[in-house]
Amino acid sequence: MPNKTFFWFFLPTGLAMILFIGLPIISTGIQSFYAQHDQVVKEVKKCDPFGCTVSIVVDNEETTKIRDAKPLGKFNGFGTYTDRNHLAVDEIKKFWNETGSFGAFVDQVTNLPFYKALIFTLTYCLFVTPNVLLLGFIIALSLNAVARKIRGPLIFGTILPMIVTPLVGSLVLFWMIDSQGIIGANIQNLMNDPYLSLKSSKTLTWITIIIYGIWHHSPFAFVVFYAALQTVPQEPIEAAIIDGASRFQRIKHIVLPHIYPVVTFVALISLMDNFRVFEPIIGFSAEGSAQSLSWLIYDNLVNEEVILFGSAAATSMMTIIGIAILLAPVLIRTWKEFKTAR
Amino acid sequence: MDYGLDTKSARLKTFNTIFIIVWLLIACFPFIWTFWGSFKVRADFFSRSDWWYAISAFNTLIETGGKFTTNAYTEAWTEGEFWKASKNTIIVTVFVVSISLFLGTLGAYALSRSTEKYAFWILMAALIFRAMPHITLVSGYLFPFFELQIWGILPTTIVVLVAINQPFTLWLLYSFFKTVPKELDESALIDGCSYFQAFRHIIMPVMWPGVITAGLFSLMLAYNDFTVTALLLNQENHTMVPKIQSYLGTNQHEGNLMWAVSAVVSATAPLFMLVMFFQRQVISGLTAGAVKG
Repeated sequence: MPNKTFFWFFLPTGLAMILFIGLPIISTGIQSFYAQHDQVVKEVKKCDPFGCTVSIVVDNEETTKIRDAKPLGKFNGFGTYTDRNHLAVDEIKKFWNETGSFGAFVDQVTNLPFYKALIFTLTYCLFVTPNVLLLGFIIALSLNAVARKIRGPLIFGTILPMIVTPLVGSLVLFWMIDSQGIIGANIQNLMNDPYLSLKSSKTLTWITIIIYGIWHHSPFAFVVFYAALQTVPQEPIEAAIIDGASRFQRIKHIVLPHIYPVVTFVALISLMDNFRVFEPIIGFSAEGSAQSLSWLIYDNLVNEEVILFGSAAATSMMTIIGIAILLAPVLIRTWKEFKTAR
Repeated sequence: MDYGLDTKSARLKTFNTIFIIVWLLIACFPFIWTFWGSFKVRADFFSRSDWWYAISAFNTLIETGGKFTTNAYTEAWTEGEFWKASKNTIIVTVFVVSISLFLGTLGAYALSRSTEKYAFWILMAALIFRAMPHITLVSGYLFPFFELQIWGILPTTIVVLVAINQPFTLWLLYSFFKTVPKELDESALIDGCSYFQAFRHIIMPVMWPGVITAGLFSLMLAYNDFTVTALLLNQENHTMVPKIQSYLGTNQHEGNLMWAVSAVVSATAPLFMLVMFFQRQVISGLTAGAVKG
């Protein structure tokens, strides 16, 4: 295809992506160097029969004037990145000098909002991704063994958790697991502890969200693995059966190597999706004990008094860096393949 | 796997059946339960005293005189203005699907027929764009949109959703276009067609399965989106998913949980129907990138 034709064919979609994905990333980068203006305060002298008092109030008029003149806020450089709500450089230095043991230091650091969110996000990725791969593979194997006629409805039932939006999926589970729901109430009875509930325990909340993640993402892994299983050649498997290989050996030495590229694909996609975990935290109303990086950004953006553009942008930039680190191995591999292919 | 030589023991078969039944229960029961509960009153579905009320409908009988009630639905759709939210969802979905298919087919066709190096780099860039968390993009949109005074309205959200959707649509349609032999459009070009004519009259007619799959995925993205619609639309223009969240209530004001339950059922049912009809396309779409690549 000539370059000129390519250009006209690609222009609309390219323009859409540059304007609404490329530019916003740059805009986020710029915003992250600015912080919202401080409120202008003025002294007001108030006199009553008992004497005069001087109080400090916010000068709304002046504040609005400054905000209108410079809507982006004041330049802050890397100030937002290093403040308490993000990398918290000063706090960490202080903790390092003040705390006696390493354990106490880690404890202090993981209580800072950014690190707390980072640890939850990474824990979520670490537990959900491998389990999704495993469960998806097992479901694919076992559905592949049932009669072809009834597979259609079974597949439909299996992919339901995936097609609902995460908010709805987590709500549906939450309503059952909550202390007033069917599962929550029964667990309370079983444990004989009327105060046992999701909200009361941080560990329980984390476990629930991770289980939700596995429930929501496994169908995707299943669908891809199931399709890949259809392409596994029969001859080597029959040869292996004649040679006396067990079922487990057949899966390990023939099926798995065959679908290996697909496994890496699923792992990559679900890692990327898990890294942006956010809606389940709202669905489970778990803001108190579990926060993710995406949730921090959301929280800044729905702030009721002043939208914290700078703070949200700084967290966004660091999330993007995180994504880049996750993607780097794939990009490097594709680049190498591309170079050798030429 | 069902191969001629592969004999399965009875024990393995039983185990397999049990596993599938248990899994299907885990996957489907939450939806069945929510559907069932949406016809009860709050005191039953979220019972403080006994969860069995949700089945025996103890309070529903007292409050409404019947075992099932559709009060939650009528209230949410009228008083809760869920009709407005579903109207907005329909508008957003229809426009997002048609625009993103239009842009996506053109772009993906060009990518699949180009032998230049930049086509590879564009696909890589699309992959990176696909990985961006939507909330980070939203944090980039909000400020410029406020300044340009285009925040809160449906057209902005539609354009944003189309753009966010493009990387995935491009990859999906690219892998479909790759399966259409090049000779087909080359012969059309020799016969004197322009590239656009070849695309319009030769390629598109054989591309319908791919287009339907891509359309379904655009539809699911637009229909299911929470991050973009919740933050870029004002209260008046909210679509279904942010509306459901607003029924949940916050620390300041108590929500109406039964509205949320019935709204969840109302929003999920059409999606399930759609997937039931187009199951084959959904699955082929999910596997297109994986198995062929």
